[in-house]
Amino acid sequence: MRTITRQPSLFSPPQLSWRWWPVFRRNLLVWRKLFVPSLVGNIAEPLITLVAFGYGLGALIGQVQLNGQAVPYILFLASGSICMSAMNAASFEALYSAFSRMHVQRTWDGIMNAPVRLDDVLMAEMLWAAFKSLFTSGVILLVMLALGISNSFWLLLAWPLLGLVGIVFSSIALIFNALAKGYDFFTYYFTLFLTPTMFLSGVFFPRDQLPGFMQVISDFLPLTAAVELIRPLFMGHWPAQGFLHLAVLLTYAVVAFWVALALTRKRFRS
Amino acid sequence: MNSEPMSPIPITPILSVRALTKRYGSSTVVNDLSFSIAPGECLGVIGPNGAGKTTTIRMCLGLTTPDAGEVIFSPPGQPALQMPQDALAIKEKLGIVSQFDSLDPDFSCSENLLVFGRYFGMPDAVIKARIPQLLEFASLTHKADAKLTELSGGMKRRLSLARALVNDPQLLLLDEPTTGLDPQARHLMWERLQRLLQQGKSILLTTHFMDEAERLCNRLLVLDHGQKMTEGTPRDLIAENLEPDVVEVYGAGALALANSPLKELAARIEVSGETVFFYTQDAKRLLTALTDFPQLRTLHRPANLEDLFLKLTGRKIREDA
Repeated sequence: MRTITRQPSLFSPPQLSWRWWPVFRRNLLVWRKLFVPSLVGNIAEPLITLVAFGYGLGALIGQVQLNGQAVPYILFLASGSICMSAMNAASFEALYSAFSRMHVQRTWDGIMNAPVRLDDVLMAEMLWAAFKSLFTSGVILLVMLALGISNSFWLLLAWPLLGLVGIVFSSIALIFNALAKGYDFFTYYFTLFLTPTMFLSGVFFPRDQLPGFMQVISDFLPLTAAVELIRPLFMGHWPAQGFLHLAVLLTYAVVAFWVALALTRKRFRS
Repeated sequence: MNSEPMSPIPITPILSVRALTKRYGSSTVVNDLSFSIAPGECLGVIGPNGAGKTTTIRMCLGLTTPDAGEVIFSPPGQPALQMPQDALAIKEKLGIVSQFDSLDPDFSCSENLLVFGRYFGMPDAVIKARIPQLLEFASLTHKADAKLTELSGGMKRRLSLARALVNDPQLLLLDEPTTGLDPQARHLMWERLQRLLQQGKSILLTTHFMDEAERLCNRLLVLDHGQKMTEGTPRDLIAENLEPDVVEVYGAGALALANSPLKELAARIEVSGETVFFYTQDAKRLLTALTDFPQLRTLHRPANLEDLFLKLTGRKIREDA
């Protein structure tokens, strides 16, 4: 008797179950032990940026013209940089930490010896990185409230939307995690993708300052959609094209996770 | 009723592997491999590095999809399940110790067991009730709250074994469970595996240690280049494939003996490095003849599994070894 087995397509739909939850919980348990140092690391850097640029540069610049509205620079920067912090927190976790678990410590191999699918493991990692990002942006939001940068009622909506930003960037980062041979590879991702993204997405200055072709690139960046969605909430209103930006972020999240899943399956097949 | 003579009740194997084949590009890593494991049996898979042992285990786990063939798991009294479509249902009942430790370095021994049990969907209360037994089994009770970095290699392997038992599996797949352990740690591991066999568990074991294979396994399967070379009980394999006695001769001028009249006294001669191996049915006449060469050193011993292994798979070092 010979049975020929056909490999399911790498791009077959995610086979998900609730087994992602114990994997997520595993990461949570590790994090609880390292809570204080990781909290300091997550929060300190974005706040330093905010203070240095916001109050330092803000004193020079004063106000920024945004769609015909004068906005204090500190508010402009805070609403952009919190998106950047959400991006960075998710990216670090889904690159360096996920790679440690996947490749260095072989944690994923151990998990898949139990009845847990790779798809569930990847979903857990994606949600875990997004959760850390959500946590980081939550703490930064509280600090911003305490500093009186914004006290808009809309911040209550901004927070879950920042969680979506975390989902987008953890999904994109997992694509590069799946392709990585070592940690060095992530340097390319940070210097060639995330750093330009920071400057092209209107975090530090309005995008209309950019040369024409860069504005075109900027239009397609996920961080641009995030900033355009979150910034008006800081200023107390729903953005003009809010649902468009939301749709862009959702599309990025779904497509990126799907590609990450396909590439991760490929990695684990060989 | 049936008039056929009484035959022993056929035992459904707990694991049957049929015509399993796996290719990577142009190289066939596992080629038309079939074997089975009866409930309560320990099957040893031995073979040089790159023989296809780990790939076979990965296919049994549904982690690697075979190009052809099937893997069927049928625990006694339960419906048969097939890889890869029933992978999760099968893994509910499997215990796995892979070649490389995948323990969580951030957790204590107890936490490793707790977190792993959760992957099976077991409630915390159930896992926590099992943890003391598992630690006791692994001789790690005194290390329950110790960090992983405080454990020796043997302790880590035993923790891996304890972790594989958290779901009370019926079949254990152990990929080189004692590689890298000192003799004390290895003997403790053997003792524990024997205890599991006494409890009625089935074991599939890969190993490079012939004494381990001989001690633990009811049956052995010799694998090379992805193909089954032979299969049987350790004793039968030696009896079928080898002469009962081996005389090893080494020292100045030993190699010349391989082509001397002495070779008539051996059924088979092998030369490896500076040593000549005489395989013979009757060592007495050979040993008497060897007294004429007092400068040579001789070692007379019964043929063992290592001889069998080397006969079947050759003495050449493998490229990836």
